[in-house]
Amino acid sequence: MLSVETLRIRFRTGDGLVHAVNDVSFRVGAGEKLAIVGESGSGKSQMALAVMGLLAKNAEAEGRVLWEGRDLLTLPPAEMNRIRAREIAIVFQDPMSSLNPYMRIERQLTEIVEQHEGLGRAAARARALEVMDAVRIPEARARLRAYPHELSGGMHQRIVIAMALMCRPKLILADEPTTALDVTVQAQIMQLLSEVQRDLGTSVVLITHDLGVVAGFCEEVIVLYGGRIMEQAATLPLFERPAHPYTRGLLRAVPNVEDPADELIAIPGSPPSQRAFPTRCPFAPRCVDAIESCRLTLPELTGGRACLRPVEELT
Amino acid sequence: MLTVTDAHVTFEVAQTKRWPWSPPGIVHAVNGVSFTLKAGRTIGIVGESGCGKSTLIRAVAGLAPLAQGRVTLDGQRVDYGSRASMQRLRSRVQMIFQDPIASLNPRMTIREIVAEPLGFFRPEMDAEARRDAALAMLDRVGIPATQANRFPHEFSGGQCQRIGIARALVAEPKVLLCDEPVSALDVSIQAQVVNLLKALQREIGLALVFVAHDLGVVRHISDEVLVMYMGATMERAPAGALVRDPQHPYTRALLSAVPVPDPRVKVAPQMLEGDLPSPLDLPEGCLFRSRCSRAVAECGAARPPMVPTCSGEAACIRLPAPA
Repeated sequence: MLSVETLRIRFRTGDGLVHAVNDVSFRVGAGEKLAIVGESGSGKSQMALAVMGLLAKNAEAEGRVLWEGRDLLTLPPAEMNRIRAREIAIVFQDPMSSLNPYMRIERQLTEIVEQHEGLGRAAARARALEVMDAVRIPEARARLRAYPHELSGGMHQRIVIAMALMCRPKLILADEPTTALDVTVQAQIMQLLSEVQRDLGTSVVLITHDLGVVAGFCEEVIVLYGGRIMEQAATLPLFERPAHPYTRGLLRAVPNVEDPADELIAIPGSPPSQRAFPTRCPFAPRCVDAIESCRLTLPELTGGRACLRPVEELT
Repeated sequence: MLTVTDAHVTFEVAQTKRWPWSPPGIVHAVNGVSFTLKAGRTIGIVGESGCGKSTLIRAVAGLAPLAQGRVTLDGQRVDYGSRASMQRLRSRVQMIFQDPIASLNPRMTIREIVAEPLGFFRPEMDAEARRDAALAMLDRVGIPATQANRFPHEFSGGQCQRIGIARALVAEPKVLLCDEPVSALDVSIQAQVVNLLKALQREIGLALVFVAHDLGVVRHISDEVLVMYMGATMERAPAGALVRDPQHPYTRALLSAVPVPDPRVKVAPQMLEGDLPSPLDLPEGCLFRSRCSRAVAECGAARPPMVPTCSGEAACIRLPAPA
């Protein structure tokens, strides 16, 4: 359905070019749940924005983003508008700032279907109630009259998810949907997303930095570092037998509630500068397993991992 | 060495839809929390946002008004109105903040930032001694001296948090209050900062109050954990016991919501329903009862007292009897 091919995203900034995404390819089929995991600055959100055609003005995107055969990167804005919301919808990270504070909930929801599907007020309102019911908002009728500030953070995120569902899209890009929320609310929202996915057969691309959230939700995982895919695998093998030093480091660094280990195993160093297109493994400076050739050649993604060292030799 | 007894913090808020002369509303942010912290130990405070955990430690540091209750430091009661008492408190109790970049002055070099507390707490030191002490402290948190003349914007979030730690520790306090110090950092960097705090604690016998919403991190760094809800303590127990065998229904619900990075672990159905009661108008009885799955009519009668459990204490009248 969605097929991203050698996507590159660069930003022109006052200090020169920043290479945010460097040759990333992946596909998402109908009804699939894919997770894109990476730390801040790894380019994960920019990929979602590129798919939606929402990149900032100083960005350049190369490569292809094929949606049912059409390249979204070259689509004229009017055509793109027919795909947004109706076929691909996005849920942004910060639920508090993704709603217009001056608009009642009703208008924020109905606007979408009136714009994209040309529904009348009454039909749009009925659709809004139906979708609010699907995302389990209690007293939906009363909430329609509310302004965003009258609702809690978890309720905001439900509304934002409802907005994404209004046109019954085929694909939802969820960009860190639970980062701004408490664990208890996060658990509710993730449960909701997986129910919605199951009931409506929507595909979901979940973008997150939290491996814990991924483990309970997705079937396939892409691990991103420095704008490149480090590892791509089905969820179970990725967690059981991580095949890339970065994935291993990341899994070790997560403090586990059940594991009373005394010291967390941190990944030394800090994230890479992205001033130039990488010519060597971006993770090499922080990698415990790096050898000389890692600092000279750029590993390609083969067999689900981009690493020069064989799996058996990793620590 | 640091004892907080029955701390209450309230804020006045202007209420809408009332007359200009009607009395202001009172937000009950912290409602009677007590804890004791011994030298070299760590107490973790967890709870959802809005539970008053940050307000509590801000009140201990004197950054929020304590409406009622008592804070004692090395046996001496802290008087938040007196300059001398505050000076004593600040030289012994320092704080690091949630947003590492916003908590550093962008117009000062990091050497100036780290040396500044010395000018205040160690007036006997001359400029050169302060400079050397700042550089030594930066080195200890892993920032090389060659970078000491840079400004905060030249550093990453993780490095800024290290600088914040250096600034807090340079005057050698006994207690470090940590207000969500790692929640703004990436997992790989978060582990570095947590390990740094643990190492510094071992080296200089620092006592930590570690506030966070991430139970994984808190469990990792704390000896004892305090679970807060609506500004009140729900449960207090050693970290291991709290996670292994939570007693209070709220602690159980909170633990069940923590995502486990293991796909084989089945996601538990969520136990928390409903919304938080308004802190403007606290309900009678147990504060958690509106969301509690085990609540009965008696829960509404009175605020449950802390009762001992097998490893700590919890505020619930429906606890299983201690074995």
